[in-house]
Amino acid sequence: MSQYVVGRIQEKFGAAVLSTHASQGDDTVVIERGVLLDLLFFLRDDAELAFNLPIDLTVVDWYRLRELRFEVVYHLLSTSKRHRIRIKVPLDEDDLKLDSSFPVWPGLDWFEREAWDLYGVTFEGHPNHKRILMWEGFEGHPLRKDYPINQRQPMTALLGEKA
Amino acid sequence: MSELLIETEDGDLDSAPMNLQMGPSHPAMHGTIKMRLKLDGEIVQRSDIEVGYLHRGFEKSCESVTWTQVLPYTDRLNYVSPLCNNVGYCMAVEKLIGVTATERCQYIRTIMAETSRIGDHLTCVGASAMELGAFTAFLYAIEAREELWRLTEAVTGARLTHSYCRIGGLKDDLPLDFEASYRVVEKKVRSLIYDIRALLDTNRIFLDRMKDIGCISAERALSLGFTGPCLRSTGHDYDVRKYAPYMIYDRLDFEVPVGVKGDNYDRYLVRLEEVDQSLRMIDQCFKQIPAGPINVDDGRLVLPAKDEVYHSIEGTIAHFKLIMDGIKVPPGEVYSYTEAGNGELGFYLISTGEGRPYKCRVRPPCWALMQGVAEMVEGYQIADIVPTFGSINMIGGECDR
Repeated sequence: MSQYVVGRIQEKFGAAVLSTHASQGDDTVVIERGVLLDLLFFLRDDAELAFNLPIDLTVVDWYRLRELRFEVVYHLLSTSKRHRIRIKVPLDEDDLKLDSSFPVWPGLDWFEREAWDLYGVTFEGHPNHKRILMWEGFEGHPLRKDYPINQRQPMTALLGEKA
Repeated sequence: MSELLIETEDGDLDSAPMNLQMGPSHPAMHGTIKMRLKLDGEIVQRSDIEVGYLHRGFEKSCESVTWTQVLPYTDRLNYVSPLCNNVGYCMAVEKLIGVTATERCQYIRTIMAETSRIGDHLTCVGASAMELGAFTAFLYAIEAREELWRLTEAVTGARLTHSYCRIGGLKDDLPLDFEASYRVVEKKVRSLIYDIRALLDTNRIFLDRMKDIGCISAERALSLGFTGPCLRSTGHDYDVRKYAPYMIYDRLDFEVPVGVKGDNYDRYLVRLEEVDQSLRMIDQCFKQIPAGPINVDDGRLVLPAKDEVYHSIEGTIAHFKLIMDGIKVPPGEVYSYTEAGNGELGFYLISTGEGRPYKCRVRPPCWALMQGVAEMVEGYQIADIVPTFGSINMIGGECDR
């Protein structure tokens, strides 16, 4: 169904497309980070692609499993053409930055803030780059695989402890 | 809105913009949300919404339990319609494994998910009416919801957090007298909804507070990631059940109600119309539901019968392995989406072949809706925040996860 979309992306961004696959029928394109914004604008503005609904943005932490540790994942939908696409951008742990997609879809605002909060990915050009689920002053990024699940960081001092 | 500011050179009272913190513990901010408002008199100039007060680390918890143990966590996402979440999660895992639930199971899931959706919509309509002073309408809505919950309790064994679905099937079949007791409940629900609509639909006070308040255009709503009744109220007919029918929705005859202006009143009407459509769907399900097994015939997914567990060594081992190691899901990734009470509920799962999810991301419809609220309240009065926020139907458990 969205094989067409994959074809169009390959045609336009040939060299920047790292790989494509369709696991369980979900068409996926893995791209280099440099072309992300161009690609999103292309997907939104091309009349035949017409992606108009930003569904989701999240991050995968491939801790010790892959060379490029992080992967930012976009899920997009076109309600008029009824096709979907998944875009992945692999990122290196030492250079965890990506252009903010806020100019393309304002709806990704909170999703990017969440990705920063829980995974520590910086979105350059985001208008309000703050934590959203955790509080300001929280240390670390809790959804990273090396953040222990039983680590406690109470916002206020516990009873009997000194603040 | 800055032209509304009154100059104070003539010695008039100072009318500089005022900052107001609304919430997080405010009676109308159900689900602990904090709004920071910049007010010009009673008009909201700017608003900034703070969420996260109910963050429990859903994803982090899911990564340390087996695929089946995630189910109780999904109950606590949108806790007003937990069955929709159960169905959504189980379908996602099943898509990743590559199995399809049995016919009967799909019908039962549809019936239960739609029952849950009715309860969700009634809660939203009732609660937002109550916040505008219509307490009777609230009581009617909650009475109808209670009837439905009693029915779900008879099926699932729990009133609120059901955990009814299982990967590859269901916990139990429907009780024998289910259709008969549903008919009794349906009659009551229909008459209560009739009463609610008689009280509210043309009520002057209700109309004044709801009509032309909190408007949003279809285009803007889409770019903000809106789905569900809030998107449909703007006139766009995106509904997962129609656009990408899952389970047996393609065999059901139903319509997708849409609004015109995307104001609070449209959202109210869309929800009540959807309740009608859901009742219609359940009716058709009862006519079409086949007899047969509710679980897929696969010992790697479904627990063996109790009798086998207690009286055969194979049964005991199979049961032990499924409980302790969990279902083995083949490596891969999947994004599966369903229409929940508030819109598209998506699960993005990654498996590395272990008995536990490597990643279990939920795409909560409320998340996108909440960031839209900030601009939906701007330019309106401070009192209008209450119905606008109410009609969005923010569910803390789902938004903050």
